[in-house]
Amino acid sequence: MSHVPKQLQYTKDHEWVRRDDDGTFVVGITDHAQQQLGELVYVELPEPGRTLKPGDALAVVESTKAASDVYAPIAGSVLGVNPALASEPEHVNTDPYGAGWLVRLQPAAAGALPELLDAAAYAALLDAAH
Amino acid sequence: MGHQTPLYVEHVAAGARIVEFGGWDMPLHYGSALAEHQAVRQSCGIFDVSHMTVVDVMGPDATAFLGRLLANDIGKLAQPGQGLYSCMLNDAGGVVDDLIAYSTADDRYRLVVNAATRTQDLAWLARVADRDDVVLRHRDDLLMLAVQGPAARRLAAPLLPDGVGAAVLALQPFESVYQEDLFVARTGYTGEDGIEVVLPIPAGIDLWKALTVAGAVRCGLGARDTLRLEAALNLYGQDMDAGTSPLTSALAWTVAFDPAERQFRGRAALEAQKAAGITEKLTGLILEDRGIMRHGQRVLTPAGEGVITSGGFSPTMDRSIALARVPVAAEGLCQVEIRSALRAARIVRPPFVRHGRVLVE
Repeated sequence: MSHVPKQLQYTKDHEWVRRDDDGTFVVGITDHAQQQLGELVYVELPEPGRTLKPGDALAVVESTKAASDVYAPIAGSVLGVNPALASEPEHVNTDPYGAGWLVRLQPAAAGALPELLDAAAYAALLDAAH
Repeated sequence: MGHQTPLYVEHVAAGARIVEFGGWDMPLHYGSALAEHQAVRQSCGIFDVSHMTVVDVMGPDATAFLGRLLANDIGKLAQPGQGLYSCMLNDAGGVVDDLIAYSTADDRYRLVVNAATRTQDLAWLARVADRDDVVLRHRDDLLMLAVQGPAARRLAAPLLPDGVGAAVLALQPFESVYQEDLFVARTGYTGEDGIEVVLPIPAGIDLWKALTVAGAVRCGLGARDTLRLEAALNLYGQDMDAGTSPLTSALAWTVAFDPAERQFRGRAALEAQKAAGITEKLTGLILEDRGIMRHGQRVLTPAGEGVITSGGFSPTMDRSIALARVPVAAEGLCQVEIRSALRAARIVRPPFVRHGRVLVE
């Protein structure tokens, strides 16, 4: 069974989003997503400064078997990426909500966020898929 | 749900992630494909390969039949116990499948062909056999295990019946021993030493369990693919198929044009290809940039364009490697189009890894 932390928000594409106190957002992929992908051997992250619309390809995570896109959950620009993943992509498998974070985003505008799922709604989505 | 091998319950109990492959529900990995890969390179891994198709060929015309069926020369098998890698070709010179043919007795052979191609392979065998006096027996009553790695034979030998264990330690590559219902060949698909064992189902389940107790690591299709890619062993359906020639698939060494009078299926087409000139080759690529090369990506070389037939991550080299079909003259630096970006790569002579050692710069 995969882990779904209560304090995070989620997309139906299995990204997680964390809003930090400074108003920036951290994005990663969920425990369920990393389990489905298997061991990651390469993570491609965006250039800082790139601007994104919700649903734009944000990153690529590749396992021994396949490549998968990670989508931007909100509009914003890339403030920074997780530097450790260049040499240690396995952090995404071992700690998807911590050391395996992917990208920090500056949201495009203050105000309403797009429709993200809370933990209960995301867990229900995973249950429904089984 | 696909076919299941007799070991399916064992795989699930061992925590396997199951995937569909060629109509079969097979283990992808048992937790870590990377750890399974390393076990085979460093000690011993075991694979359930019961989805492979075993066909016994027997009868007075068996040798003549295989002489027409196979692009390699069955006459090279001087005595029972020897084995031969070969393609069988269609009349256009395309690869119907690749296989290993083992001589098991006078006028008797065992063929091991691929899982995903079973139906068309069996149909092709029957068609080429035509009016030959041969019996083709599809052995779906047997189980097949691959025990692979530098420690494989040492680990397996004591678990085999008296006589067979000692014989296994003495086998040369591609040789086999066949006693009662137990068949053991020194072959594999990993680039390491090892054996493939074909035996009745109950004995096979017992051997699988005994090997795991002895310390062999269960391995799934994920490790099987990274191991064979490092060893530059072709995968049927990806690196070659019914539309590609062995002469452009790094398999020219498996085509026996001598003796000149042996009329094997596809011979005329291959001779015409040779006369017209071979324009492509299957070779190796190493990615110099970051990223992972994958099947189907374009390769741009100074000599023209090519395509990746198998690409992926090499756990041993910690970078991406690939097999690619490119113009014959292509060498040195090239580019690969990965997700619409051009990445620097280099053409190298495969294999990449054999017997635990990296063989390319």
